[in-house]
Amino acid sequence: MISRRPDDGDGRVNGALMTGHARRTFLTYLVAAPALAVVTRIGLDAVDPDTAQAAIPTPPAPADLVDLGDLLILAGKPTAGMLVLSVDEDGIVHFRLPREEVGQGLTTAVAMLVAEELDTPLDRVRVQLEDARPELLFNQLTGSSNSIRSLYDPVRHTAAAARARMVGAAAKQWGLSADDLTVRQGVVTAPDGRTAPYGTLSTAAASLDLGSLIVTPKKESEHTLVGAPTSRIDARALVTGGQVYTLDLDVPGAKPCMVRRPPSINGTVKSVNNEAVVRAMPGVLDVVVIDAGVAVVAETFGQALDGKNALDVTWGGGTVDALSDDDIRAKLKAATPSLDLLGLLVKKVDAEFDFAFVSHAPMETNSAVADVRADGAEIWSGMKSPIAAQAAIAQAIGLPVSKVKVHVVQSGGSFGRRLFYDAALEAAVVSKKSGRPVRLMWSRIDDTRHGRMRPATHHRVRATYAAGQVLTFVHQVAAVETDFRHGLGDAITAAAAGLPTGLGNATFAQTLFLTTVKSPYNFGVTTQALTEVPLEMHTGSWRSVYSANTRGAEEIVVDELAAKLGQDPVAFRRSFLKTDRQRAVLDKVAEEGGWGRTLPSGWAQGVGFHDEYTSCTACLVEIDATDPRKPRVTKAVIAADVGRPVNPRGLEAQLLGGLTDAISTTLRAGLHIDKGLPLEASYSQFHYARQKDSPKDVRIFVLPTDHEPGGAGELGVPAAVGAIANAYARATGTKPRSFPVNFDVDFTPFPR
Amino acid sequence: MPSHTFNVNGKTVTVDAPDDLPLLWALRDLLGVRGPKYGCGIDVCKACTSHLDGEAVRPCVVPVAEAAGREVTTIEGLADGDRLHPVQEAWLEQDVAQCGYCQPGQIMAAVALLKRTKNPTDADIDEIANVCRCGTYFRIREAIKSAAARMA
Repeated sequence: MISRRPDDGDGRVNGALMTGHARRTFLTYLVAAPALAVVTRIGLDAVDPDTAQAAIPTPPAPADLVDLGDLLILAGKPTAGMLVLSVDEDGIVHFRLPREEVGQGLTTAVAMLVAEELDTPLDRVRVQLEDARPELLFNQLTGSSNSIRSLYDPVRHTAAAARARMVGAAAKQWGLSADDLTVRQGVVTAPDGRTAPYGTLSTAAASLDLGSLIVTPKKESEHTLVGAPTSRIDARALVTGGQVYTLDLDVPGAKPCMVRRPPSINGTVKSVNNEAVVRAMPGVLDVVVIDAGVAVVAETFGQALDGKNALDVTWGGGTVDALSDDDIRAKLKAATPSLDLLGLLVKKVDAEFDFAFVSHAPMETNSAVADVRADGAEIWSGMKSPIAAQAAIAQAIGLPVSKVKVHVVQSGGSFGRRLFYDAALEAAVVSKKSGRPVRLMWSRIDDTRHGRMRPATHHRVRATYAAGQVLTFVHQVAAVETDFRHGLGDAITAAAAGLPTGLGNATFAQTLFLTTVKSPYNFGVTTQALTEVPLEMHTGSWRSVYSANTRGAEEIVVDELAAKLGQDPVAFRRSFLKTDRQRAVLDKVAEEGGWGRTLPSGWAQGVGFHDEYTSCTACLVEIDATDPRKPRVTKAVIAADVGRPVNPRGLEAQLLGGLTDAISTTLRAGLHIDKGLPLEASYSQFHYARQKDSPKDVRIFVLPTDHEPGGAGELGVPAAVGAIANAYARATGTKPRSFPVNFDVDFTPFPR
Repeated sequence: MPSHTFNVNGKTVTVDAPDDLPLLWALRDLLGVRGPKYGCGIDVCKACTSHLDGEAVRPCVVPVAEAAGREVTTIEGLADGDRLHPVQEAWLEQDVAQCGYCQPGQIMAAVALLKRTKNPTDADIDEIANVCRCGTYFRIREAIKSAAARMA
């Protein structure tokens, strides 16, 4: 097990000051390099002492001992303290966040941590997304539900150091001991009543010599803001149209640009047959061939779109032109290892599952602004791995990394999509070729057909049981390769993942699978394994990566096992879960959701459970499947233990989003691949849930617990997938095996 | 190039653009009014929902020529100076937005609904077909009910 808080107790960090940059502010760079204690215990002695005595204990899986989040924190540790916080002379606190805000509420949670530690009002804290800083190495990746886990301590230490400097400056000014001063609402107060607001101290604090600064963040028991339900800091901008997304930026001279893309994935441009005609169209400024297709630059996006549609291009073939859904499904099935042969006398549950490709489909399509000149470039885009983006862009436009400024912009959703920076790369290349700044936007159709997808998967599960116990649990997963070529967000691992053999990416995939997927149950000898089928398609991590399908399928098998053993699904889970924390969230939804209550015919309840990144959650839903072709989840009750909650209101929002993702992908939303291209091309065809598909009654409980913060951004999806599938199964008397369950091509596909 | 004069959020504007240029791009690219968002361009996602003479429309499929002489209200024109519209207030109260990209359209659709129906039922709310990819639908529903109560 890895302890992430070896500095518990004295919380020492070394503070070093950088004052040369600004007169109006003071800057604090903190380099925190605490020693790391690593203790590994593998084997049965590591079984949680809470474990139910009756069940056959399952030794910990790798993800129980070291999960992906632990590894990312470890990788980021040497640079974790390189955070920048400044205080203006008007007392406004600025924090530069080396992560991306995509709607997950991270800027609000971080602002809360800063305000708490500085004892200053939340509305005086501004969080700015940090430009790509290559020296941060692994510490500028937004993913794996890791932001709060990795930033919780470093942010608190940074803000605590800033507070200490403020108090130190006041103490010096008044000739008093810092110990005698108090801080409230950003104002330092002396015992005799003298006061000094932070703004009046920031200049003095910047030049203050405190020697080796020793700071200790507040005890968590003293938190008043952290842990309190808090609205987003950007809520007003978001409801007034004031929020600035990439294409809302005013970059002087940047012209709209759209790209005509090939009729199949990874198709190539052979020739443009009517370039002169398109160039002569109203508003069209330039036509440029790039790797992905043919770019049209125009005065407005409407004209760029007209130009793109008018292009006559001769295309070369794509990389998966011969493949349609049936072929891919057959490949996956063939790649799934057979299950062990067991004695005929053993009772078992066998199940096979298929999950379709799913689009990330963030509301804001892939977009970027680029201004590339001979001597330097500036790029703006929503990016979760900006360091890797910067390296790739620099290479593509032939400039040194130091000449490529990469600005990270808050985005309209991600769900994993913005780990890839293809729009930024395309915009940079077009800007260079066209000799002008451009604002590049993907059409929705292209975003759906040529964007990233969650890979399709096939699952083979076998659970054996005897005498009321589960003896073995085997889950073989075959998946179309997930592209991890963004690496850990840095330039080095991105290059390693991109090695031509594919081995780099395969290693990433196995590591990610092994460090995220685990079973929360004592099901005896448990095996979960991944086999990848490499296909040259645009895939990528989709909220919860392997867990939505893998754990979703397992939760269905859990219900079927309970039925075989003649047990109630909640009681069955209770007796096989490993820890009391897990049972607490399950009990909460069973109690609040009225588990077992009578419902009309065609309606049913379902329950699901999931544990990842040191958090756990249970979900209970009710479904109306009177018409099995048009089921509706009518009610949902969710409970989660994510350790100490920073912002319960934001956490509830994340769980609500996970629920809606699960409703969509379990019941109706997926992509059909037909001869190398998705048939779906917009939200009229890719059936992500609307208001009419969403429950009218949702209750979410974030349990107040005292464990260190766990991951929460992806947590909600797998449990809800299981709950919805189980409710649908019970309501319809079927055994759902292929997802989404209603997946007809109920539309006329757009032309390619 | 034809010229089109209309009112945007209380101000008279004139743009030179082809008749069939979608109003969305006249607003965003020619007038710098960027609250309405592009999400699909074919009246499916409804992220750009705004009002034309008080009725909810999708500027991505309204030719700019159709706006001539009429009043366009976008999300930027909903508040009365610093005083937010009750629907915006309700959105803040419920902390609805996540990424926020669809929310200008969701709010404009809700305002139009509340204009038609003072006390919308769940079935009325279900008819708002605007996509929210963050899945905030339940909070949207609660906010519309809260706004209806505020406006009663």
